[in-house]
Amino acid sequence: MTPKKLILTDDAFATLTKQANVFLSSEEAASIKNQLSEALNAVSVLKELPTDKVGKLSSASGLNNVLRDDVVQPSLTQEEALSNASVTHDGYFVVNSVFESQDN
Amino acid sequence: MDNTKNNYQLICGAEIHVELNTKSKMFCGCANDPFGADKPNIYTCPVCLGMPGALPVPNKKAIEDCILIGLALGCKIAKVSKFDRKHYFYPDLPKGYQISQYDEPLCYDGLVETSYGPVRITRVHMEEDTAKMHHAVVGGKKVSLIDFNRSSVPLVEIVTEPDIKSPEQAKEFLKKVRDIIRALGVSSCDMEKGSMRLEANISLSKDGTLPSYKVEVKNINSFRFFANSLEFEYKRQSEILEKGETPIQETRGYRDGRGTVSQRKKEGAADYRYFPDPDIPPLVIDDSWITQIKSRLPKLPDAIAKDLVTAGVIESAAKIIVNNPDYFSFITTIQTLEPSMVKIAANDLVNKKIDANTTPEDYLKTKKEKAGTKIVDESILKPIIEKLVSENQTLVGEYKAGKTGVLGFFVGGVMKVTGGKADASVVNKLLLSLL
Amino acid sequence: MKYNQLSIIDARELLKKNEVTSLDLTKDCLEAISTLEPKLNAFVSVFKAEAEAAAKIADKNLKSGIWTFETHPLAGIPIALKDNFATAGMKTTASSKVLDTFYPPYDSTVVRKLKEAGAIIIGKTNMDAWAHGSSTETSDYGSTKNPYDVGRLAGGSSGGSAAAVASHEVIAAIGSETAGSIRQPASWCGVVGMKPTYGRVSRYGVVAMGSSLDSPGPMTKTVADSALLLSVIAGVDTKDATTSPTPVPNYLQELKGSSISGLRIGIPKEYFLKDAQPGINELIIKASKDLESKGAKLIEISLLDPKYSIADYTIIQRAEVSSNLARYTGVRYGGGRELLGPEAKRRIMLGTYALSSGYYDAYYKKGEAVRQLLKEDFSRVFETVDIILAPTAPTTSLPIGASEDSAMFGELADVLVEASSLAGLTGINIPVGFVGALPVGMQLIGRHFAESTVLSAAHAYEQSVNWKDNH
Repeated sequence: MTPKKLILTDDAFATLTKQANVFLSSEEAASIKNQLSEALNAVSVLKELPTDKVGKLSSASGLNNVLRDDVVQPSLTQEEALSNASVTHDGYFVVNSVFESQDN
Repeated sequence: MDNTKNNYQLICGAEIHVELNTKSKMFCGCANDPFGADKPNIYTCPVCLGMPGALPVPNKKAIEDCILIGLALGCKIAKVSKFDRKHYFYPDLPKGYQISQYDEPLCYDGLVETSYGPVRITRVHMEEDTAKMHHAVVGGKKVSLIDFNRSSVPLVEIVTEPDIKSPEQAKEFLKKVRDIIRALGVSSCDMEKGSMRLEANISLSKDGTLPSYKVEVKNINSFRFFANSLEFEYKRQSEILEKGETPIQETRGYRDGRGTVSQRKKEGAADYRYFPDPDIPPLVIDDSWITQIKSRLPKLPDAIAKDLVTAGVIESAAKIIVNNPDYFSFITTIQTLEPSMVKIAANDLVNKKIDANTTPEDYLKTKKEKAGTKIVDESILKPIIEKLVSENQTLVGEYKAGKTGVLGFFVGGVMKVTGGKADASVVNKLLLSLL
Repeated sequence: MKYNQLSIIDARELLKKNEVTSLDLTKDCLEAISTLEPKLNAFVSVFKAEAEAAAKIADKNLKSGIWTFETHPLAGIPIALKDNFATAGMKTTASSKVLDTFYPPYDSTVVRKLKEAGAIIIGKTNMDAWAHGSSTETSDYGSTKNPYDVGRLAGGSSGGSAAAVASHEVIAAIGSETAGSIRQPASWCGVVGMKPTYGRVSRYGVVAMGSSLDSPGPMTKTVADSALLLSVIAGVDTKDATTSPTPVPNYLQELKGSSISGLRIGIPKEYFLKDAQPGINELIIKASKDLESKGAKLIEISLLDPKYSIADYTIIQRAEVSSNLARYTGVRYGGGRELLGPEAKRRIMLGTYALSSGYYDAYYKKGEAVRQLLKEDFSRVFETVDIILAPTAPTTSLPIGASEDSAMFGELADVLVEASSLAGLTGINIPVGFVGALPVGMQLIGRHFAESTVLSAAHAYEQSVNWKDNH
C-alpha cells in the first residue's frame, strides 16, 4: 500500500517560512517547497517502526546533574563583546526599532 | 470593586518572575548584576551573547534556590527535571531561543494561604532572563539599543491557578509571596529594580468556572497596579459580556491612569517549538539533595505568626508584624535574644512605641533598666496604696459590688505617684489583699 | 617540498633529532598549500605570518628545553582546523557568508588544547556551509576538490580537512562529525578519519549543527597519528556539560601494546548495500579477511535496516539545526539571515516543521524513540561482538555538481554512518583500496568510549596491508 503523499499547502508553507525566519525569493520558495514535501515524505518511513516497547529514552550524553558552582568568571570586555557587531552606539548593540517590547 | 452589580466573578491567575541574587548568571560565569552595572555589555561572554559554539552550563545554586522557593510555596519537587528550548525571534533573545522548562518543571502543585482563601501554585520553574532593550533615536533613526548584562540572569517563574478572586486577595497574595522569597534571601524581589515582575491572566464568568477566553495583562509594575488592572478588566470585560459578546483573547498592557490597553496583536498563538535542550543533561533530584536544600528553609512568615500568637500576641498584631519587613526582623531578633519579651515588644511595635532607630538590643536594654528600677518594696508601695484606697471609698464599694475593672484606676494611680516605676505585679498583689 | 609529507609521529622524531625544525615543517606545508590550493580549494583561511611566528617560538622552546614532547606532545607540528572551530582573533566562518566577518574573541576548547600542546595552527579548512552536507559543495567559498581527481568532490562536511591531509598540504587536521562528516570525506580522500564517542571531545566553540550528535575528531595520515591527536583533544570540559568525565587513556601507548587476536568483528549484512557502487563491498570483505588472518574473528550480525537511520537522522538533525541557527541574525556579529544558502534554508524549514505544534509528536518525538531503538539495537549486537566492520560510503567520490539542489543529498550519502552517529558510538574510517582511481574506505565502529579497541583494529589493518595496492 503506497502511503498517502504529503503535499504542503501554500498557507502552511508561508507560515513555516515566517516561523523559520528565512527569506525566500519566489523561485527559491517554489523549489524548496517541493524539496520539503519530498523530504517529509521520505522521513515518514519511520511510521513503520513500532516504538511502543522502546526502553526509557536516554539523553545523548548519558549524564545527569552536570552543574556549575556559583562562582563569577571573567567576562569579555565591553570592546570584545561589541567587536563583531556591525552597528554599535555608546556601548550598546543596535537594531532598527521594534514595536512593543515582549515584557519589561 | 462591586461584584454584585453585574453578577460576574473575577477569575485571575498570576505569573510572577523573580530574578535570583546568585553571584553568577544562570548558564555562564558572568557576574549577575544587571542593575548595578555602570556600563552596558560589561558582564557578557560568548554564552550569554549567543555566539557560535557557546554552550550553557547550569548554575547549581540557582537550581537550589528555585527548589527552595518551591518548597516555601508548598510545592512538590520533581524527581526528574530538564531544560527545554523555547523558540522565538526577538533582538533581546541572543540564541533565538530561551532556555526554560516546559513539561517537567522543578516544582509543582503548591499552595499559598490568604485570608480570602488559598491560591494554588501550578508550577515554579527555572529559566534565563533576556537582554534589556530601550528605544532611542540615533542619527535621526528610531532604533532599539540592547544591553546583554541581563541576558541569562537566573529567573524563577511562578505560575498560579486562576484562584485569585479579588484585587484585595491579589495584593495580599503577592505581598505574601514577596515576603516569603525575601525571607529565603534568594532575591531582593524589588519591583523597582526589576527583580520581581508581574503578569495577570484575567477572565470573568457568572459561576466562577473558567470560561473559554483569558486576557493577559503585562507591564504591571506594582501590587497596586496589579489590583488596578483587575478592577479595570472587571469593568471592561463585564461590559462586553453584558452585550452577549466574549472578550477577545489577547495581551494588554497596563497604563496607569488609563487602565489596560490592547497591545499590537501577534497572529495566532505563539508556537514556541519546545524541545529538550540537548546541551544540558537532565536533572535527577534525589531525597538527600532535597533534604539538604530544605535545611536552608528559615521559619516562614506564617509559622512565625503562629509562634507570636502562641507567645500571647494577638493575631491581628502578629499579621502586621510578619508582613512588615522591619517589624519582622525586629521580632525575630527579640525571639532569639529574649523570647519572654516577645509579647511586650510586639505590642510596642504595632502601637508605634518603638523609635525606628532603636535596635532590638537597645530596646531590651532599656526595658531591663526600667524593670531594674521598678519599685518592689512593699513598705514603700503599701502606704501609697492605702492612701489611694482611703481617698476613693466609692470606687472601693463598686469593686466589692463586682466591678473588677476599677482595679485599673488604682494601679494607674499608684503608677502616677511613682512615676511609672512601681512594679505592676506587686501593686496588684497588695491591692487585692487590701480590697 | 618533503617535510609536509611526514606524519605527526615521523615529524616528531625528526624534530627530536634536530634533523628538522618546526619552521621547516611549517614552510613546506605553506608551500604545498600555495601550490595546490588553486586546484583543491581546501582552505578558507591560511595564517602564514602567524604560523611562521608560532613555529619560530616552538623551535626556540624545543631547543631550550622549556618544551618537551612529554609536556607538549604536538610541539611545532602544523595542524589545520575545519572552519567551524572558533580560533580567537582569527576568522571563523563555518564556510558561510553569514560569518564572513566573524573574528571570535575566544578559542574553542579543541583549539586551546592544541595550542597548549604546542601545535601550530596553520589555517582553517573549507567545509559544507554550517556542516550541512556530504560534499563540501554547499560551501559559500566554492567546493573542495578531491586530490585524487580534481573533477570530483572531497566529500563532506569536513572535505577541506580531508583533502588537506590527503594532499599533504598539512601534517594533520581536525574535523567534526554529526553523521559521517569525518568518516565519509576520509573515505573519499583516502585518509584516516576518527569520529570519537559523543561527549569524548568538547564541542565548546564549535559552530553547533546537531547538538546531540556533533563530535570533533582527528583526520590524519596514519592511525598512530589519530591516536596521538585524540589524546590531546579529548577530555571533560567545564564549558561543555555533555562531555564525559571518563578518563582519557594514552591512546598511542595503548595502541603500541595492542593485539587483535580474538577480537570479535561483526559484519552486518544490511550494510553491504545491493545498490552500492560495484567493487566497494568486495574491497571491504577482503579487508575483513585481512583482519581475520591477523587473529580476529569474523561474526555475521544483523542490524536494523540503515534506511530507517536516514529518516531518523534527517528529522533529529534538521530539528536541532533549525534551533542552532536561530542565533544568526546579524545583530551581535556576522551578517543577516538573507545570507543563508539554500541548503541551510532547506534544513531549517524541515527542522522547524518537525518541531512545530501538531507535528512534534509525529516527527521529533517519534524520531527520538526510533533513536533509542537504534541504540538498543547496537547494545544487543555489542554483547556478541567487539567492533562492527562495514563500508563507510556506498560510493566513491562523486563528480562536481552531484549534490546540487537535492532534497536530501547529504543524508542519503551518509546512510552507512548515521545509525552509529545517532547512537553516539565511535567509528573510524581507514582506506582499504581503490575502485578505479578513487579511494575506498572501511569503517570500524566501537562501543561508547572504546576508541582504543577501534584504533587497535585499524592499526593492525594498516600495519599489515598496503592499501594502495588494493584495486
